[in-house]
Amino acid sequence: MSKTKKILVDPLHINNPITLQVLGICSALAVTTKLEIAFVMSAALTFVLVLSNVIISLLRNAIPPSIRIITQLAIIASLVIIADQVLAAFAYQASKQLSVFVGLIITNCIVMGRAEAFAMANPPGPAAIDGLGNSLGYSLILIVVAFFRELFGSGNLFGIEIMQTVNNGGWYNPNGIMVLSPGAFFIIGFIIWVQRWISPEIQEETN
Amino acid sequence: MVEYVNLFLKAAFVENMALAFFLGMCSFLAVSKKVETAVGLGLAVMFVLVITTPINQLIYDFLLKDGALAWAGYPDADLSFLGLIAYISVIAAMVQIVEMAIDKFSPSLYASLGVFLPLIAVNCAILGSSLFMVQREYTFTESIPFALGSGFGFFIAMVALAAIRERLKYSQVPGPLRGLGITFITTGLMALGFQIFGGIQL
Amino acid sequence: MNYSNRYIVLFAAGLCLALSLVVSTIAVNLKDIQDANKLLDKQTMVLRVAGLVEAGAQPTLEEVATYFETIDTMVVDTTTGELSLFDPATMKIDPRKDAKAKDLSKRTEGEWAKKASIKSIAEKQLVYLIRTPGKESVVFPIYGNGLWSTLYGFFCVKPDLDEVVGIIYYEQKETAGLGGEVENPRWLAQWPGKKALTQDGDLLVEVVKNGKVIDPSTQVDGISGSTITSVAVTYMLEFWFSEQGYGKALDNIRQAIS
Repeated sequence: MSKTKKILVDPLHINNPITLQVLGICSALAVTTKLEIAFVMSAALTFVLVLSNVIISLLRNAIPPSIRIITQLAIIASLVIIADQVLAAFAYQASKQLSVFVGLIITNCIVMGRAEAFAMANPPGPAAIDGLGNSLGYSLILIVVAFFRELFGSGNLFGIEIMQTVNNGGWYNPNGIMVLSPGAFFIIGFIIWVQRWISPEIQEETN
Repeated sequence: MVEYVNLFLKAAFVENMALAFFLGMCSFLAVSKKVETAVGLGLAVMFVLVITTPINQLIYDFLLKDGALAWAGYPDADLSFLGLIAYISVIAAMVQIVEMAIDKFSPSLYASLGVFLPLIAVNCAILGSSLFMVQREYTFTESIPFALGSGFGFFIAMVALAAIRERLKYSQVPGPLRGLGITFITTGLMALGFQIFGGIQL
Repeated sequence: MNYSNRYIVLFAAGLCLALSLVVSTIAVNLKDIQDANKLLDKQTMVLRVAGLVEAGAQPTLEEVATYFETIDTMVVDTTTGELSLFDPATMKIDPRKDAKAKDLSKRTEGEWAKKASIKSIAEKQLVYLIRTPGKESVVFPIYGNGLWSTLYGFFCVKPDLDEVVGIIYYEQKETAGLGGEVENPRWLAQWPGKKALTQDGDLLVEVVKNGKVIDPSTQVDGISGSTITSVAVTYMLEFWFSEQGYGKALDNIRQAIS
């Protein structure tokens, strides 16, 4: 039981995909300008990551090593395209939001990274949990970054005005850097600072 | 001819894949600890980019785009929805070849790159280059300087960051910020610097 | 475990077959529903930009059909400027698709085409004349390159083509929260009332860098942090109202709607 718990809980902090494994960075920069978008991306990634981990794990003994990268990618890409197609038919407005992310999910290093590092060597049950754990760890960082970027970059949270900006007749002068990607870099840097201050065992020896 | 040079310069500096578009960040941040490994990965990315973008251009032009299959007798076929999977398959195949080559000729580089070598296949910069090529409707001859420029831009961005990180080794960085933390902040500053290129029309 | 070459080839072939079957079956079977959704969305956008339906309201197929009873879809020949009524039964015109067909399109030239990254457009475009009493206006389809993708939208002006009724984007893949804000109702709300075109067909309205509006009657405040997408809107408007786009047809359109 505790081994399963470890697989699920580690990626939230000690082995976080973004702040420790250095995976999934591109999307963490691109989709964290608003909380709503961060949530949509997190949901989409969870769906793809769990399913891809399970499918690749089921096939792990049948995949020849010399073509494994392309096999993993083919499965991941197909999953994402199917998800996009089904949404476009049955939930058109949601699919309009998601289709921007389709490319970002296929190339999201987390999906490929976990396929290589875990699904290829573990049975489907733990692989599913690993997928879930990493998705949660990813979503956590995304939501924290989006929280700060949206709040300080535009004065809103989920589109609801919290601090009225000067443009709308209020007092708050929005912080432009928060809206641009460098802002996301700085916030993630500070999150790492806090995480490793809490848990010194994940600090690095040298630069 | 000037057009091609412009394409190259634009792709390398004004629209730098890593510092202006923020693509390929995972490898960019993780493999820039030492200049040696950064050079190795940068060259690998550049190589894969330069080969796959023109190939993908041909695939798009002759197989996938609306009306492309007219030569085979199917003028109504529109296979562009297969675009993503086609481009990524080409990229993955190239990466597999590069991986086998590096394993054979430089096992130390292979070991130091670790999981990030196969991750070149999902490097958003490489797929992004193919997607830009499709979206901007580059011809085959235009895609080559574009790919060269994108690859070169990514390469120098990586090496620049690695060089800065090697210098940072001599600084007193607080424990929790050491390594990845200070790298993120450094990259943020580099990205701010590259904002000066924003919107320059060549 | 050593895999023989035969196994590798068979596995690869089997995987390709399985995946392509699944993806293609789903894509092909859902295509009709998706196309219907797309068409409904596009038509709703026309109604929305003309102010006939509220933002956020999604009319049903029947309601859309009712609205379109007082809308004339016209075919514009961009080379001659001539107008003719669009008859979907006899005419196969799809400006987006035709832009890539050699015999139905023409190559563009000039600075605006280059800035909007439009290489060729269909010779025949479709324009919507809204004849609903009290809401008469003209809806022009527009598109052009943004930062990551091509933005497709509609630009709506009063019958004299002098005042903007609205602008709307229904398809784009820009960065969510930055360029993607072209779909934000608050940004779009700036447009109604701005000066659109002069009697000679020159474009007056433009998008300026965020915070740099000097003349509110013609300038729209750009999206904060997204200069390229904001400026792209101006570029595509300039292109589409130039002589290569709708420019030659403007007088005919003014006559037709009045």
